[in-house]
Amino acid sequence: MYTPELGKPGAAAPVSRRGEARAFVAAVAARVAADEFIEPKDWMPEAYRRTLIRQISQHAHSEIVGMLPEGNWISRAPSLRRKAVLLAKVQDEGGHGLYLYCAAETLGASRDEMTEALLAGKAKYSTIFNYPTLTWADIGAIGWLVDGAAIMNQVPLQRTSYGPYARAMVRVCKEESFHQRQGFEIMMAMANGTPEQKEMAQDALNRWWWPSLMMFGPPDADSPNSAQGFRWRIKRDSNDDLRQKFVDITTPQAEFLGLTVPDADLRWDADRGHYDFGAIDWEEFYAVVRGEGPVAKERMEARREAWEDGAWVREAADAYEAKRQARAAA
Amino acid sequence: MSKDWPLWEVFVRMRGGLSHKHVGSVHAPDGELAVRHARDVYTRRLEGVSLWVVKSADIVASDPAQAGPLFEPAESKVYRHPTFYDIPDVVKHI
Repeated sequence: MYTPELGKPGAAAPVSRRGEARAFVAAVAARVAADEFIEPKDWMPEAYRRTLIRQISQHAHSEIVGMLPEGNWISRAPSLRRKAVLLAKVQDEGGHGLYLYCAAETLGASRDEMTEALLAGKAKYSTIFNYPTLTWADIGAIGWLVDGAAIMNQVPLQRTSYGPYARAMVRVCKEESFHQRQGFEIMMAMANGTPEQKEMAQDALNRWWWPSLMMFGPPDADSPNSAQGFRWRIKRDSNDDLRQKFVDITTPQAEFLGLTVPDADLRWDADRGHYDFGAIDWEEFYAVVRGEGPVAKERMEARREAWEDGAWVREAADAYEAKRQARAAA
Repeated sequence: MSKDWPLWEVFVRMRGGLSHKHVGSVHAPDGELAVRHARDVYTRRLEGVSLWVVKSADIVASDPAQAGPLFEPAESKVYRHPTFYDIPDVVKHI
């Protein structure tokens, strides 16, 4: 995906001549409205660039932190097959983070700064990863619900207005489908297993259901960035619409498993053609956003440890390249 | 100053008979490691049979702001396309 090293696209912006800048902004808005893509070297409004960098880097951080809740179950997977699958899934999440960091870099963000912001605890990432994975059933529930919700959020982004972001999403969506299916397969095995296993599956659904619904973000009425996002085609569907779609699709899947969705108000509304569901505890959501999630601290400690433990590898690679260049020069 | 390793653009040949196609980029201290990283990041599902990596800084690109004047000469020369020429229907195989 292109690179900031190809030249800073913003440099050509006629900042001093405001009228011309406005004309440029209008031209970009018209292209976006016509479903055209904006590419890295194209001129773009500063606000568009900043919003994208924020959104794409947060998305990337989410993928990277998302490796942690599942990564700690790799060594405890119940069979070699499950272990191979989980390893592949966690590796995919790392890959998704890298596609997205690349896309953010085309906008002028540096990888180094993004990594530092994450490790310093200054960057935001999806709140869902600040919940603990207590049993093996959680690995099933994450694949089924968390990846399911992620797919629903990401599918519309394949047509988002920024080319590198849209292309990264195409790859990500293709790969996520396996994640969700392997999760549902784990849930099927647990739900049809011993009574204890079924109980674990139900417990995992109880704990992951509401946080999954929160993954779609605050209600539309309280989502201040949405309007701008729609205008720039960085966002394509409203939070509430996607959440409703998720409930409609997932509820019958829970029924198939013979599990109960932990919502007393959940019922089919024939008139609306949708499921009605109960109120979401947004206080919990905002607390987790503020970093008060059950395992937020552990997550960042694990990231920092991984970064520091890998330092010798990075240094060795640098030293090797320096030696190779010195030899070539001699 | 950024401590980032240099950026490399990654190109994958999906299968024999097709050209290499740009798929993304990786950071790596040297070309050999860039190929290894590219393999891990972009070909986990048989996406290719061959990889190229090129230092991003070595790519020279046209300026999108100049796309109009740069490509206009091609647009105005419609006689470069076969449909420009009117040939009666009775004439076959042409």
